[in-house]
Amino acid sequence: MATSPQRRVDVAGLVIAVILLVLAAVVWWDMSKLQILSPYDLGPKVMPIIVSGCLTLLAIGNAIGALRGDLPARDSLDWKPIILILGALACLIVLIRFGGGFMIGTALLFAATSTAFGRRAFVTDFIIGAVIALIVYVLFAKLLTLSLPAGPLERLF
Amino acid sequence: MEAFASLADGLVVAIQPANLLFALIGVLLGTAVGVLPGIGPALTVALLLPITFKLDPAGSIIMFAGIYYGGMYGGSTTAILINTPGESASMATALEGNLMAKAGRGGPALATAAIGSFVAGTIATLGLTLLAPYLVDIAVSFGPEDYFALMVVAFVTVSATFGDSPVRGLTSLFIGLMLGLVGIDLLSGQSRLSFGVPELYDNIEVTTLAVGLFAVGEALYVASRRHIQEEKLEAVRGSLWMTKEDWKRSWKPWLRGTMFGFPIGALPAGGAEIPTFLSYATERRLTKHPEDFGKGAIEGVAGPEAANNASAAGTLVPLLTLGLPTSATAAMMLAGFQQYNINPGPLLFAQNADLVWGLIASLFIANAMLLVLNLPLVGLWVKLLTIPQPWLYAGILVFATMGTIAANPSPVELMMLTVFGVLGFLMRRFDFPIAPVIVGMILGPLAESQLRRALSISLGDPMTLLQSPISATLLTIALIALVLPFFLKGLGRFKAVED
Repeated sequence: MATSPQRRVDVAGLVIAVILLVLAAVVWWDMSKLQILSPYDLGPKVMPIIVSGCLTLLAIGNAIGALRGDLPARDSLDWKPIILILGALACLIVLIRFGGGFMIGTALLFAATSTAFGRRAFVTDFIIGAVIALIVYVLFAKLLTLSLPAGPLERLF
Repeated sequence: MEAFASLADGLVVAIQPANLLFALIGVLLGTAVGVLPGIGPALTVALLLPITFKLDPAGSIIMFAGIYYGGMYGGSTTAILINTPGESASMATALEGNLMAKAGRGGPALATAAIGSFVAGTIATLGLTLLAPYLVDIAVSFGPEDYFALMVVAFVTVSATFGDSPVRGLTSLFIGLMLGLVGIDLLSGQSRLSFGVPELYDNIEVTTLAVGLFAVGEALYVASRRHIQEEKLEAVRGSLWMTKEDWKRSWKPWLRGTMFGFPIGALPAGGAEIPTFLSYATERRLTKHPEDFGKGAIEGVAGPEAANNASAAGTLVPLLTLGLPTSATAAMMLAGFQQYNINPGPLLFAQNADLVWGLIASLFIANAMLLVLNLPLVGLWVKLLTIPQPWLYAGILVFATMGTIAANPSPVELMMLTVFGVLGFLMRRFDFPIAPVIVGMILGPLAESQLRRALSISLGDPMTLLQSPISATLLTIALIALVLPFFLKGLGRFKAVED
């Protein structure tokens, strides 16, 4: 097959294909544990079989695209802001898990995101985030009576 | 004219003061959130869904109608003033609209978009009123295999037919279908893909998925490439009002745009991009002022914007009469219905006629409210656009996480939000479309239950899908829609080789 010289194998594209293959395998494995209740049809297994089969085909399709270098061009990537935002989300999850309430975590998320977008005023943004969290808390919890996970700070209100 | 009698009944529901208030709140919130850069109508609906949790069904669905149309209006304002369309359907509007704003004609551009949306929305909602009862009559005769085939058509058109790459579109769709499998299977009581995690037993929340993919994914994506481009807001200078000349140049594009938008939206063909770009191309060809195109031609805003709104109302036709969402926004609307155990489809018109016709009547009212509110309030919306980008995205993330934990106060829900955020980021980076994931996840379980019903009627014989003439026809259409893009791409490659 004649491939033009500027088309290179796209490693990221191959990784995507492998991930799809793994997903297909997980769906298949999960399906194999299901029990069929009706003797006439496959019941709960039908859809997982279709999904797993098609994911396998799509893994092949994506792999072919990657080998041909068919993926769209990508810009350079700045990892720092991504790590900052994901880190803040992780902190929020941990804080809620261990009963710290969401307000500190939310303020932290606000400040970290705003830093990720290039602002250099962490303390100010932390306070702004806390105020926003408070307003949303009052709006959600008091006005709409939705329950938000409470920590020591939230119990003051 | 039975439809108009029903509509009149609906109007009685919609003009109750409380419902008018809900419509007003919906319109204002929808516009305010939709106007924020990077937030399209689907995310607007997803973010505002928690707010409607505690309302009664009628009120909340009427508020929804307002949010839906408000989000659409908001999106066009952003497209015109900063040239960052929140969704692909506003791209055509952004082309000429942003040029008009740069040339100091932002006011008339916003005005023709607003009035055009009103005209298109009203005509298309009228189309919905007239068409819905007929479709309901047809849909009643559908068997489960026909429904399944219809959903297959929607899956294929949404993911493969109109995207850049059928393989990437289908990949997105099947990721959505896989996510739709998670949870306890209602028919057999067995859990699938839950891995013993209790939070996964009752299915993945579609709002968590949508907010993760759209809000968190977008924030990560924009943050990662902030060093590449900066957005610039065009101030609205000069008069807001359209001149007589502007009116003369706008009214035909409005009507033509509606003619493109409504039928394409009403077919389960998915996506408002096609009619908006068709309308743009048509106006460009028909205009008496070809010299203006590329410098800010008002026809190039009026037509696509009307097409966009008409197709949005058009997607409500399959959504309400068949329960078939063909866009991410329609999928979010369906999620909103489902939270009250309301299942759109032919039965809804019989069982909950008040609700459906109340909703349709509210669409007229929301549209009129937007026309009255939007132009006078344009100054306020522009102020929202001047929120500095760091605070804007920080605020979006805070609201996204709080909405998610308000719906389901558990750290696992937030973990899912984060994982979907990373998925959304990767999909943007590698150019996978996002809407098929959401449509796949919400429509997948419905398609599955129809398929299983068909199979259990036929005692497990899959040939039942080809024995019903309706289903056989629909599956043939789906096959053509699936194969066509490969064939056309092959033709394109052929041409490229010849060159």
